Amino acid sequence: MHEWALAEAVISAAAEAADKEGLKRVTEVVIGLGELQQIEDDILHFALSQLKKDKLVKARFKIEKVKAKMRCRACGNTWVFNTKELDKSMTEAIHFVPEVAHVYVKCPNCSSPDFEVLEGRGVWLLSIKGV
Amino acid sequence: MGKSLLASTLALVLAKKGLTVGLFDLDFTSPSSHLILGVKNLQPTEDRGIIPPQIHGLKYMSIIYYSGNNPVPLRGADVSNALIELLTVVKWGRLDYLVLDMPPGISDATLDLMRLIKNAEFLMVTTPSQLAFETVRKLADLLRELGASVIGVVENMKMTQTDFVQRQTKALGLAFLGSIPFDKNLESTLGKPDRLLATVFGEKVKLLNSKIEKNQTSKL
Repeated sequence: MHEWALAEAVISAAAEAADKEGLKRVTEVVIGLGELQQIEDDILHFALSQLKKDKLVKARFKIEKVKAKMRCRACGNTWVFNTKELDKSMTEAIHFVPEVAHVYVKCPNCSSPDFEVLEGRGVWLLSIKGV
Repeated sequence: MGKSLLASTLALVLAKKGLTVGLFDLDFTSPSSHLILGVKNLQPTEDRGIIPPQIHGLKYMSIIYYSGNNPVPLRGADVSNALIELLTVVKWGRLDYLVLDMPPGISDATLDLMRLIKNAEFLMVTTPSQLAFETVRKLADLLRELGASVIGVVENMKMTQTDFVQRQTKALGLAFLGSIPFDKNLESTLGKPDRLLATVFGEKVKLLNSKIEKNQTSKL
């Protein structure tokens, strides 16, 4: 479950952000979760609840999912990534390394692999609250 | 230049000495160390992260587990993101050495590495060509400016008697770690690490490692 490794990174980033903001106790952390990687939000949530410590021990974690939106650099077409168009081994590969989307996903309009992921990649901190 | 060959052989030499060694191919768009090691039907496992599989005594990680033999058309920002992702989720465990096989010259991976792995040490590989050494010179300047640690310079694929690289390396204030002659037998050892280690190239890399160890010890 590499959701656990991502949870560790989120905890570490949130602790760093709390230090930067001078918070003594964190009450809420909101996380953006891009759909490109197909991260299991239940597992991520559980991992976060198990790994939280120190300033974050009482923090509530909220996860906001963001659809993966691409724009083709060749023709300008924009589209929303749909895992149903790929087989299981391809979606699994993207799950672990999102950039390999460039190996398996093509622009639906011109078939170019040269696209940018406008949004919906990775896991990131949206906000942090505390006292 | 033979960077992947040198990185892979050095990792194998260290592992043969009984050390715990990881090899990470960071040349995402042109990976080749899997061909040197003869990696086939190998996949990482998962346990709260990605656990690199073992081959020939090495923990080995490459993007090929996910991209297969397909082209990997990544731009600079994608290379950075993939690098950060893998550094985050790959669980190496305790290692004596992690050998990173880098893309050539100053690349996004080089800059990210300097930013993210503060104690990384750089071993530069060049050929006797003035053109190749020009890249070494620029990279050496950058590494010095950024305060990165440089192990030294290795001259690979040497075919004629010239001390050009040795002189230039010393002029840069860096350690010259030796020359490796062009070895026409190397191609037939691809995928066969034991045969690779028995070549002149393999023997020279063992000497190179001894010299690195000696230099590191004298620094202490």
